[in-house]
Amino acid sequence: MQMTAAQALIRCLELEGVEVIFGYPGGAILPVYDALCQSGNIKHVLVRHEQGAVHAADAYARATGRVGVVMATSGPGATNLVTGIANAYMDSIPLVLVTGQVPTSQVGTDAFQEVDITGITMPITKHNYLVKDAKRLPAIIKNAFHIASTGRPGPVLVDLPKDVAAETIDFDYPKTVKLRGYKPTYSGHRTKILEAADLMMKAERPVIYAGGGILNSGATAELMDLAEVLSAPVTNTFMGLSGFPGDHPLFLGMLGLHGTRYANLAVTHCDLLIALGARFDDRVTGKISSFAPGATVIHVDIDPAEIGKNVRVHVPIVGDVRQVLRGILAHLKKKDRSGWLEQIRQWKEQYPLTYVRDGRFKPQAVIEKLSRHTRGEAVVATDVGQHQMWVAQFFRFKHPGTLISSGGLGAMGFGLPAAVGAQIGLPDRLVILVTGDGSLQMTMQELATAVDQKLPIKIFVLNNSGLGMVRQLQELYCDRRYMATRFKFVPDFALLAKAYGLAGHTVKSEEELDRLLPGVLSSPETVIVNCLVDPEENVSPIVPAGHGIDQAIDC
Amino acid sequence: MRHTLAVLVENNPGVLARVAGLFSRRGFNIDSLAVGRTERPDVSRMTIVVEGDDRVLEQVTKQLHKLVDVIKINDITPDEYVDRELVLIKVNCEPARRGEIMQVADVFRARIVDLGRKTVTVECTGNEGKINAFEESLRPYGIKELVRTGKIAMLRGNRSTSLDGKKDDE
Repeated sequence: MQMTAAQALIRCLELEGVEVIFGYPGGAILPVYDALCQSGNIKHVLVRHEQGAVHAADAYARATGRVGVVMATSGPGATNLVTGIANAYMDSIPLVLVTGQVPTSQVGTDAFQEVDITGITMPITKHNYLVKDAKRLPAIIKNAFHIASTGRPGPVLVDLPKDVAAETIDFDYPKTVKLRGYKPTYSGHRTKILEAADLMMKAERPVIYAGGGILNSGATAELMDLAEVLSAPVTNTFMGLSGFPGDHPLFLGMLGLHGTRYANLAVTHCDLLIALGARFDDRVTGKISSFAPGATVIHVDIDPAEIGKNVRVHVPIVGDVRQVLRGILAHLKKKDRSGWLEQIRQWKEQYPLTYVRDGRFKPQAVIEKLSRHTRGEAVVATDVGQHQMWVAQFFRFKHPGTLISSGGLGAMGFGLPAAVGAQIGLPDRLVILVTGDGSLQMTMQELATAVDQKLPIKIFVLNNSGLGMVRQLQELYCDRRYMATRFKFVPDFALLAKAYGLAGHTVKSEEELDRLLPGVLSSPETVIVNCLVDPEENVSPIVPAGHGIDQAIDC
Repeated sequence: MRHTLAVLVENNPGVLARVAGLFSRRGFNIDSLAVGRTERPDVSRMTIVVEGDDRVLEQVTKQLHKLVDVIKINDITPDEYVDRELVLIKVNCEPARRGEIMQVADVFRARIVDLGRKTVTVECTGNEGKINAFEESLRPYGIKELVRTGKIAMLRGNRSTSLDGKKDDE
């Protein structure tokens, strides 16, 4: 069938089952938007800044397990995507991004709104394409979706010059992909699986260290089986949170820099570390030589390059975590480990995760209340900073994939557009955004998108009139020389809500919040709750820089 | 230790930038890199000489494999292989001393490929050691210009690192 490449692109997206595109139009992508207009089968969410589009698509992908799709124009449209692409790359989130490009005859001439976006995004995409031949477009889109969503997921960018988009082609969508250089391994090596199962049965003090790969591969049920069969405690990386129920007796909470002391102690003293879909990130390991020093390490990951990258691994298993765990589980028998679990119970009792209740309005209390009131049922998007760590510490997640946050990149400004994307993906779920006054001001423009789309997001701003996490670092490492971490001016977020036609509240105490919370959480509208919390509060415990994770201090 | 990698890649635009970018951003050191066509028009071959211990090599190989355009990687260092470099050297040379330079060239089975009024341009192929020795022999005459291709390599015997070839000759 004859059609323009732009029409073919939209047809490809329809055939891939795409329901939503997050985007922002412009000159170079005009033919594509025209084709999108004529199709009418795909919903387009118009954001207010391209960064908002890519974060929203990223969160949509996290919330629904589908590929997030983004469109932007050439030049500044494309460069505005960069932070979001890097974010999706670091957290292994499947995205397909289509950018407009200047006509091929002008490529390389520094034309108006021209930028080499395939060059710029080479290190932050799983793969990217500059389409030079319109006939190749259907195969490229097929490949893009395949690459983005299989193996270790990630963003794939397709840059489409304006003249190529306007060319007429004979449309034929390929049924299969032909990529000789891309063949992810899903099933683990059989002898390694047996070796792992054997070690698991023999270990005295095993710890399961589970990361985002658990969520990406849908292995939460298998993780639960493994923990219960082995009677092994489970700690989550930040990316792995919500992959294991927050109220389960075997749960240790998050490990690492701001992890619980009992998780860090358990890892330090374990004799078998079972790493599942995690990558031994520096925020997890602290000083690498004192990380799980006496442990035999089993590492299961779909990305072979992660195995052996940061720590020495005794049993490497390349494969899909879910498939590998199923293989391992077949060789395990119920194991009782009362001694080890008793030790962990003691650590939990000795070093509980807590904070000082001194009558001031504590940010941790806001998270605890949100967790209690929603019974862990909400989808929680966060921004980056102290509030993010408090969510990680004090929100008890119940269902897989309900924490939506920027882990690897730590990109402030992720939160609000992420809440938009999550709510669009899950229209019937309660979506809460926990943010800070610093982070929110980075992408605040997306409030308009939330209003446009009538999204009933509940926004809680833990407002400390500054950049709390950096302030905390300055207190700790710069002898309290506070530099550029205190805002002289912070907008009144409750009034700001009014400017957008939304309900806004300011609360100054736990009691006020208690009174407000039931109404806010059951409201069918977008609400901003501006919580004026104790600005001196620190995230605690913290592992000081250069120390082992068992050396955490209170602060 | 230095390793010689034979890397087959899709003959796509930008593939060299992807590989070079990977090496620079991950802090891997390339000693030399040569790239060109193969027996198949859709496949190019890179010969990459890289410095590093086993852990570095493992990371280099794994990270290269993650590039969608990289089809196949072989570390041929432990195997028997033929390797060659080509060098062009322009040496200062008054007409009276041409004979001398030609004698040096003969020893290395190099060829004179061009003559200038006060220069001679010589071409030489061989493994890295030979090329180094050749360069040193001409240095006393004054090297005006020098260009080396970087190493290319191929396994000896029946074994092959081509797309359908087996490195292990089973």
